[in-house]
Formats: sequence, structure tokens, C-alpha cells
Amino acid sequence: MTMAETIHSKLTVALAPTALRVVDESHRHAGHAGARPDGETHFRLTIVAAAFAGKSRLERHRMVHTILAAELADRVHALSVSALAPDEPAAGP
Amino acid sequence: MNDNPVFTRIQQEIDDNPVVLFMKGSPMFPQCGFSAAVVQTLTHMGVKFKGIDVLTDPGLREGIKQFSNWPTIPQLYVKGEFIGGCDIVREMYASGELQKVMQDKDVALAR
Repeated sequence: MTMAETIHSKLTVALAPTALRVVDESHRHAGHAGARPDGETHFRLTIVAAAFAGKSRLERHRMVHTILAAELADRVHALSVSALAPDEPAAGP
Repeated sequence: MNDNPVFTRIQQEIDDNPVVLFMKGSPMFPQCGFSAAVVQTLTHMGVKFKGIDVLTDPGLREGIKQFSNWPTIPQLYVKGEFIGGCDIVREMYASGELQKVMQDKDVALAR
């Protein structure tokens, strides 16, 4: 399983998201601090889940961080998170 | 929480400076795109801030993650309160919330 698949799987199990997109952006950071030759260090994810309703931004991010604690402690060096409740519009560019 | 001497230093920095950004590199020369993005946002808002380069001190680099219970850098503090990392700063700026936080906390904007 790739790291992106692991992240996808863990978030799916924990939060039952209605939408989830995990993008491996490691290639965009190749060669800089935190990058590894074999990649899988930088990820961007967009997740829509009812569990985020009524939660602050910090709380939502911390929920994701907790679910992915093992990955963040291991090789995931950067994780960009957009966490939305189902009735919220996606953030702008 | 208090057994780590780095926490004392972090607390001192966020007590002494209204806006503190723990980042990779310096505000003039950020060493990471996420840190650079937050510097750019604060600069654009005209907010005076103290940038603290965690790359110069491995103890600080790990310590700030524990202190804030937040696994990544950059990290923004305003008047002692943890605001968030790059994504949150970006979202709050886009929605106008960041400007409101600065106003509510009496942080001077240059413009």
C-alpha cells in the first residue's frame, strides 16, 4: 500500500468522509529539507465529513493529526489539510 | 509539560512578542514554501512579527511541536494564542477572520 493509500484508508475508517482526496505532492518538494529520494513525504488532503460540523479549524486539523500520528511521526513531513463539514463550501484558491 | 526547558523559552517568546511565527528559515530567507506563504500573508497585512528559525535549534524544532500539540512547521502565535499552521492562516486570511483576530487582539496593522 502506498502512503497515500494508507492515509486514505485510515481517514475513511475513522471519519467516514463523504468526500476525500489525498494527493502526494512529494515531487514538488524533491531535494529540499524533509524530502526523501523515494518520496512520500508531502501530502495534500481535502476531506468532507460530518464529524467536523461544529468544530473549529484547530480541532479539525488535530483530529486528522491524531488519526495520522504514526505517519506524521514516520515519513510524512508535510500535510496540507482542508477539512470541511458537508454543508460548507470549499475554500477559495 | 514544564520539564522541558525549551518550553520556558517558547513561552517567553510568545509572552514578549505580540505576533510570533515559528518557521523554517528567516522572514527574509524562508527555507520552506509553507513558512514563506505565512510570511507573505503577514507582510501583506502589514503585521509586525518575530520570526523564529527552528532550523537553527533541533531542540526548539521538536519542542514547539510538543508545546503546541501540532506536528508541523510553521506555527503562528498571536498574543500568546496558537492560531495554526499554513493552511489555517491561509483560510483565515481569505475569509477575513485573520484580520479580525489581529484587530480584536489590538495588533497594529501597518496599513
